[in-house]
Amino acid sequence: MAKNDLQGTLDLLVLKTLAQLGRLHGYGIVQHIQRVSDELLRVEEGSLYPALHRMEQSGWIASEWALTETGRRAKYYKLTAPGRRRLDEAEKDFEELVKGVRAILRYA
Amino acid sequence: MGLLQRIRNLRRREGVNADIAEELRAHIDLAVEEMTRHGMSEAAARREARLRFGNPVALREKTVHADAALGLASIWADIRFGLRQLRRAPGFALTSIAVLALGIGASTAIFSAVNPILFEPLPFPHANRILTVWSTFEGARSRLAFGNWRELSERNHSLDALAAYQPWQPVLLGSAQPERLSGQRVSASFLRVLGVEPWLGRDFLPAEDRYHGPNVAIVSARLWQSKLGGDRGIVGRAVTLDGDRYTVIGVMPANFENVLSPAADIWTPLDYDTQTLSSDFESREWGNHLYLVGRMRPGVTRQAAERDLDTIAAHPVAQYVRPQWASLQHGLIVDFLQADITRDVRPALLAIMGAVLLVLLMAAVNVTNLQLARGAQRQGEFAMRVTLGAGRMRVIRQLVTESLLLAALGGAAGVGIAVAGVRALVAMGPPALPRIHAIHCSAEAFFFALALSTLVGVLAGLVPALHASREELRGDAQRNTARATRSDSWTRRTLVVTEMALALTLLAGAGLLLRSMHRLLSVDPGFDPSHLLTLEINTSGHEFDDNAAAPDAGTRARRRFFEQALEAVRRVPGVQAAGLTSNLPLTDDAVIYGTYGAHFEGDPPQGGNDVFRYAVSPGYCEAMRIPLRSGRLLTEQDSAAAPPAVLISESLARSRFPGQSALGKRVHVGPMDLPWYTVVGVVGDVKQNSLALDEPDAVYLTEEQSWFADNTMSVVVQAHGNSAALASAVENAIWSVNKDQALVRVTTMDALLQAGEATLRFVLILFEAFALVALALAATGIYGVLSGSVTERTREIGVRAALGASRGAILALVLRQGMTMAAVGAALGLAAAMVASQALAALLFGVSRLDPLTYLAVTALLLAAAGAACAIPAARAVAVDPMQALRSE
Repeated sequence: MAKNDLQGTLDLLVLKTLAQLGRLHGYGIVQHIQRVSDELLRVEEGSLYPALHRMEQSGWIASEWALTETGRRAKYYKLTAPGRRRLDEAEKDFEELVKGVRAILRYA
Repeated sequence: MGLLQRIRNLRRREGVNADIAEELRAHIDLAVEEMTRHGMSEAAARREARLRFGNPVALREKTVHADAALGLASIWADIRFGLRQLRRAPGFALTSIAVLALGIGASTAIFSAVNPILFEPLPFPHANRILTVWSTFEGARSRLAFGNWRELSERNHSLDALAAYQPWQPVLLGSAQPERLSGQRVSASFLRVLGVEPWLGRDFLPAEDRYHGPNVAIVSARLWQSKLGGDRGIVGRAVTLDGDRYTVIGVMPANFENVLSPAADIWTPLDYDTQTLSSDFESREWGNHLYLVGRMRPGVTRQAAERDLDTIAAHPVAQYVRPQWASLQHGLIVDFLQADITRDVRPALLAIMGAVLLVLLMAAVNVTNLQLARGAQRQGEFAMRVTLGAGRMRVIRQLVTESLLLAALGGAAGVGIAVAGVRALVAMGPPALPRIHAIHCSAEAFFFALALSTLVGVLAGLVPALHASREELRGDAQRNTARATRSDSWTRRTLVVTEMALALTLLAGAGLLLRSMHRLLSVDPGFDPSHLLTLEINTSGHEFDDNAAAPDAGTRARRRFFEQALEAVRRVPGVQAAGLTSNLPLTDDAVIYGTYGAHFEGDPPQGGNDVFRYAVSPGYCEAMRIPLRSGRLLTEQDSAAAPPAVLISESLARSRFPGQSALGKRVHVGPMDLPWYTVVGVVGDVKQNSLALDEPDAVYLTEEQSWFADNTMSVVVQAHGNSAALASAVENAIWSVNKDQALVRVTTMDALLQAGEATLRFVLILFEAFALVALALAATGIYGVLSGSVTERTREIGVRAALGASRGAILALVLRQGMTMAAVGAALGLAAAMVASQALAALLFGVSRLDPLTYLAVTALLLAAAGAACAIPAARAVAVDPMQALRSE
């Protein structure tokens, strides 16, 4: 069975966000997820940064320091090739999770 | 995950921390920026952002944790925690480290010293094919004659080459003072047998190895550097040795290690005459002077070579005649070169190695005991940690880390001890120790000792962790300590008993050696060694050569020189008496010059006694204070012209003339065709080779009345005060007579006496050191267990005291526990020591290896030390306040 925990879901959200928007800093990731999910999903900073660093250590994302539009220094993350592969797996895992959960809910 | 990156992160930890802090700050700034854009005030926005962000420190730590390797970071944490734990128990930590360091250091030093001597192959190609060959005489190894060598080397089928050699000590002239060199006369095959070649120039040619062949010499790199200028052009140049010019044909490589004669600096061919072999048995070609060393053909075993040579010895052929004394009728001894050169020190080294193994074992036992004691104290801590959710593996890992930490610290200190120990061993090594310069600190030995003690420490360290896991099952973190430690304390007591037994074994060894040393030093050498200075004069030069024109000129010149030298020495202020002798007691002179046959009037032709021949000056016995038993000593009147007179030793007189006076008896010493010597006096027996040996008998005759003139004589000087202080005045006095004569072995008789016993002293010092360490370890062990036990039994002791037990009864309670362990250990140790003493048998002198007095004394010593170690915890037990003890539960 695939890894269907909540941490996996956070990874999926972050990876997908980076896949869609390319280069983004931590704050931008939080904002994007919040906006796109219509305020339904809210990523805690307390979970996000450890996750970002863990994923970077795993080689799924890479980081670099750059300036924002307003001229602030921020750390930008982007997807790597292993990260893209990881994203595919995570998406599949998530589909299965949803399917499984739905099956349980529909069972009457 | 990238392990390397994690390690890098770990190293750049500070950088990573700052990086993350900045990233998180940027996050808050971005949030504030956004919120102020939507109209919020900066202050409110910042507060809001902070609020949403949570505890920044905690977040940073969490993020950092994701960065740095989980395992590595927590190992570092384990190490820091371990260090803190050790710092909290400094007594335990320091004792463990000291014990480990001693065990590791001592065993590394000993193995480092023993390994190159006994076990590493000698520094020659295929060194295990090199053999030594000896004749046997009364079971002992004896040298062979030139005639024997020629026969064996020509008739054997098992050797590539068989070389012969003998010591050669030419005097090198040309520098300010004449200098005697140490060297060897060798057959042309000598270097080939060892498998080495000169580094400069060439080896000897077979054609140079003949009677009155060319004067050629090969020199050592050492001599070439120190005395011959270190110039590569030396080959082909001449040096003056004993007044003759020798052409240097080669220089040996600097790393050539001549184990057969480590001090040898110069080599020249043998110079024996093959023509006289069958015609003249009195010639020196039939003197047993030669050492033989051979190289086996590939694939030949030592046994096969021995059989081959023994067959030759047992089956003489007409082509090779042999005189009776070189008949090889007792067979040959064929030994590996390495076994041969280590023969004298092997028992000593093996005994020392055994002793150090015991020390290492004791160190391991002691560390185990310390770990167990400490584990028992921390039982509660581990139970608590397990109860609070620490995994079993986590606790075990922590303990292993702590054990490894101790091992690392102990090992580091052990390296220091090992290095110092090796240096000390080399410095105090006895002269008989071969290959002393090959000794170096051995990394293998160090890691072996380190691994052994670490393994033991780790295993011992695990015991409390396993206990803790059991506690987890019981779910009882607050247990009564006395209950669960019972099996544990039994183990610890067993270990203490083991330590006691090991310590007693070592103590008994040291005691036996100490008694041997005392016995040996109390042996009467037969003369008074105090205030005696001695030195050896080697005459050389053509002025001492006999020639056809004046057959006696050389001999007369030699005798005149010795006479004048002695007179000059007697004139030196501070000299009380002086004399000359051809054989100096307590040296190997007699080994070199051998013994002679003494035939008393009426002895059958095959009869007679082997005796040492002392050709002396009148006054020699007086200078040595050799006691006169009857008759008179030799005087100036016993000159060449007077009737030959001889002194014989007491034991010889007693064995040959029991119940009657030996005075007036007539004897031939050496040649039978010369006038009889008449016994004019009987003197006390003197130890010739060493204090440990009972020697053959001795005769003393004046140099003038001897049938040949010795070319080497020793001067003995009886000084008024400090004999060593006279050395240079005596040397100058001799050189004032003839400055070209070499003076060697300038030393006091006391020093010779000590040097003779150096091997025993060496073993004794090490055994004493090891035994002391063992005693200390055993006492520490018994103290540790007893003191732990008193702590555990505080309540019991309190109850006993409350119920009216007297102080004496409580004291007895603790002492009995301790002394029972000591007594059981001592009993086991006695048994072990009796068995182990077999290893020492070869080193003992004048004392049985089962000497009851020694065993009694060391047992008493051990029990006394144990008693002292028990006294402290016992005193603590007596001091227990019953009320306090009961309340503490």
